Amino acid sequence: KKLAGRGSIRFILIQNRAGKTRLAKWYMQFDDDEKQKLIEEVHAVVTVRDAKHTNFVEFRNFKIIYRRYAGLYFCICVDVNDNNLAYLEAIHNFVEVLNEYFHNVCELDLVFNFYKVYTVVDEMFLAGEIRETSQTKVLKQLLMLQSLE
Amino acid sequence: MLAGSRPGVGKAATSRRLAPLCSPSPGKSKEAEIKRINKELANIRSKFKGDKALDGYSKKKYVCKLLFIFLLGHDIDFGHMEAVNLLSSNRYTEKQIGYLFISVLVNSNSELIRLINNAIKNDLASRNPTFMGLALHCIANVGSREMAEAFAGEVPKILVAGDTMDSVKQSAALCLLRLYRTSPDLVPMGDWTSRVVHLLNDQHLGVVTAATSLITTLAQKNPEEFKTSVSLAVSRLSRIVTSASTDLQDYTYYFVPAPWLSVKLLRLLQCYPPPEDPAVRGRLTECLETILNKAQEPPKSKKVQHSNAKNAVLFEAISLIIHHDSEPNLLVRACNQLGQFLQHRETNLRYLALESMCTLASSEFSHEAVKTHIDTVINALKTERDVSVRQRAVDLLYAMCDRSNAQQIVAEMLSYLETADYSIREEIVLKVAILAEKYAVDYAWYVDTILNLIRIAGDYVSEEVWYRVIQIVINRDDVQGYAAKTVFEALQAPACHENLVKVGGYILGEFGNLIAGDPRSSPLVQFNLLHSKFHLCSVPTRALLLSTYIKFVNLFPEVKPTIQDVLRGDSQLRNADVELQQRAVEYLRLSTVASTDILATVLEEMPPFPERESSILAKLKKKKGPSTVTDLEDTKRERSVDVNGGPEPAPASASAAVGPSPAVPACCDGLGNNLLLFCSLMFVCKNNGVLFENQLLQIGLKSEFRQNLGRMFIFYGNKTSTQFLNFTPTPVPRCGLDSLTRTHLNLQTKPVDPTVDGGAQVQQVVNIECVSDFTEAPVLNIQFRYGGTFQNVSVQLPITLNKFFQPTEMSSQDFFQRWKQLSNPQQEVQNIFKAKHPMDTEITKAKIIGFGSALLEEVDPNPANFVGAGIIHTKTSQTGCLLRLEPNLQAQMYRLTLRTSKETVSQRLCELLSQQF
Repeated sequence: KKLAGRGSIRFILIQNRAGKTRLAKWYMQFDDDEKQKLIEEVHAVVTVRDAKHTNFVEFRNFKIIYRRYAGLYFCICVDVNDNNLAYLEAIHNFVEVLNEYFHNVCELDLVFNFYKVYTVVDEMFLAGEIRETSQTKVLKQLLMLQSLE
Repeated sequence: MLAGSRPGVGKAATSRRLAPLCSPSPGKSKEAEIKRINKELANIRSKFKGDKALDGYSKKKYVCKLLFIFLLGHDIDFGHMEAVNLLSSNRYTEKQIGYLFISVLVNSNSELIRLINNAIKNDLASRNPTFMGLALHCIANVGSREMAEAFAGEVPKILVAGDTMDSVKQSAALCLLRLYRTSPDLVPMGDWTSRVVHLLNDQHLGVVTAATSLITTLAQKNPEEFKTSVSLAVSRLSRIVTSASTDLQDYTYYFVPAPWLSVKLLRLLQCYPPPEDPAVRGRLTECLETILNKAQEPPKSKKVQHSNAKNAVLFEAISLIIHHDSEPNLLVRACNQLGQFLQHRETNLRYLALESMCTLASSEFSHEAVKTHIDTVINALKTERDVSVRQRAVDLLYAMCDRSNAQQIVAEMLSYLETADYSIREEIVLKVAILAEKYAVDYAWYVDTILNLIRIAGDYVSEEVWYRVIQIVINRDDVQGYAAKTVFEALQAPACHENLVKVGGYILGEFGNLIAGDPRSSPLVQFNLLHSKFHLCSVPTRALLLSTYIKFVNLFPEVKPTIQDVLRGDSQLRNADVELQQRAVEYLRLSTVASTDILATVLEEMPPFPERESSILAKLKKKKGPSTVTDLEDTKRERSVDVNGGPEPAPASASAAVGPSPAVPACCDGLGNNLLLFCSLMFVCKNNGVLFENQLLQIGLKSEFRQNLGRMFIFYGNKTSTQFLNFTPTPVPRCGLDSLTRTHLNLQTKPVDPTVDGGAQVQQVVNIECVSDFTEAPVLNIQFRYGGTFQNVSVQLPITLNKFFQPTEMSSQDFFQRWKQLSNPQQEVQNIFKAKHPMDTEITKAKIIGFGSALLEEVDPNPANFVGAGIIHTKTSQTGCLLRLEPNLQAQMYRLTLRTSKETVSQRLCELLSQQF
């Protein structure tokens, strides 16, 4: 009988249209060369798709769930039998939190505040799983941490 | 948000510090950036090495800069110790940067892990929820075995302790999950497990969200231990789906209550069969019905986020319904819901509906319901813009295919193939080939379909596909005439694909005689048609055609001179390609020297192939990965048992009774086993030499025999510079028709290393025991992967009855006395035959000795004759053998007489020895 799969995120990537990585979060062991290859492959498969296409694309033995915001692609790599729409909305939920936290977020916020972005990711996703989905709770925690700086 | 309208200037202090390093202006060159970075690295290095101890703030600042430089894509080879030092700081920001540096760079330097365990331990014990969170996140992010060794005991305690803060519990649950995935052996189940299950009841939905993931993973491996989670998950789910859209406040997302948690709970339930407790089961059914009902309600928001979140839950509910596969009502409702989505304006939904319906098609309850959507799916194939959606439509058509709609679906797939994207053509070809075979009502349709496949997408028709059509045609004599006629007609096209030439060449070589009565397809016409394609074909196809030609020599003696002329041509006999040249030389020789009888034996029609799993099905599985196809295929096979081998059972045959091994692989080399039989004749009188050689592989032999036992060393040489993978040679004894159950030969061997490096040689030892006398030599089947393709080689192993010959010396008197004793007609076998080799006395003597018998000098009154004696040893008997060979130089003939106490032995030895002169 089919099991529900391991159901975990393999990696999260934020890339701009030129292929510059703005965030790479890995939930599997890859060596550096492999990471670079994955980054390039994801960029290649995602950027050729247009708005009429689905937000899902098969990728090796996995699939990429992605959404484009302005010039940035937010990509999550998951198991083939994972719930596409749940991860698609997890991306949006994450983007809404970033937007709230950075007050109207833009690409350079992610560049210069990379260490904060990692904190946001860890609050919302951990060990390749969705950790917290409530925007209120995440933002409250982020503000508390900011107050410690 | 992210609209790019705001000028991109960093706000925080840190941002400004980093700004000079990052150059968003595209004008600056790469060299300038590297220069700037190197300068900064030198600066940081000097700060770290400086006499003045850095304060925490500066240390953090520089570690952060290093990290930034690393993330820009530059190598960092220092700063690790400073990062580790930051962990013991009491300031959040310093600690955070330290942990971040370690989590991000850990791959590059795993030595780090050992250095930080102590700091993590302190933070876990600090009772400061922020520090505990950082430490847990670090463990979860690194997730190495060392981490599991150090913390697998501690994390569960934190998770279930009464006074742990909610946010720490969330982190601990997922941290434990990561350690369990890395090293399940280091995370023993214990008292904590039952308390973890009860986290499903936790008031804090964030804790429930994290815990559900942990429980799902644990339950997959230990279903019994986590069984109680089912009722808890059902009641939690029930509370969520029946709540008003505002009840869950923080956890309501665009008017959908806790969508992610609902999805996770539904996935957890997919680890189990339907609940046994009727109350729980009833409640779950209610939940699922509620979710299906909500899909029909008007949306509470026009935003896509609303419908996505709602449908995320709906699709997961459908997955659970399919997983349970027990409620026909729910299955049909699910199917109807997906049917609506098939025509939705959102591409995502159409895609997911096609995908989900694919699994519904394999349920007996919903298979028929799925089939009603066939027109919509076919339409999707024709109109969808996104190739991945069309791909799902192909998958669904494949899944919903059965006998009732196979002709329509195959026709639609074929017509789609004409315009299909290159990326999915090969897969469609495989699917069409499988469906055409599986649901073939008449095999003429099957042959037409495959030929169409080759016509439309010849480049994508893999070897497996055309091998398979040949296997089927060979195994089914009712279709052979039609196949010959059809390929003949197809070959008339001025430009036909090389794969068609292969199939055509093979089939006409076997069955061209079935259409030769018609003057429009007379032997010469057939030959000229094939030969007109010859020069445009690649070497392997030409090799195949040469085999077809030699088969024609046997089938149609009238074209023999024409074919011999072709074989004799310089472009064949002196072809630069060794394989072609060798075939031309051998076939020419064979056609010249062999008698009609021998030709007929060597070039006999291929015996039926043993029934086994379709090679194309195996290929599709390989292509799609085992997990995705197997389920579907298994159910498909169950549903169509009766059609798998065709409407009637394939004829049993000698080669079908090959025994327990994977059977003789498709040796699609025109001549197959017969050719190989011919080749191995040279081993009858010798034990060492090269058994087989092609462009990839050389097989050498060394063997020794004593009484009824033998040992054979087989050497496999990889002639290429590329590795062979999954290299599996299997020697298989074959049974003669006389006895299908008894084993005449026992072969014992050990598997060889499955990887053979380029240029390398591996050795296999085969221990042989002869149980009783036998006719059929064993077969050596070799399978391996070379480059991207599977290679099959099957060669006869030269283990013949005479190998178990022990010579016996005896006097003339003894010889003739025994000779007379064996005068029963059944005991004598005689053969008179033409010499195939120059009649040289010394060579003949050597051959008789090589054959295994003693050569008795001065025994026969006629010194020109040769006589021999020996004993054939088998486990069950010993058979004395006498032989006499009388050459007639004038007539260039021999008379060979064998007398033994056993008819079958006389018969076999006479056959074997006759072929040698």
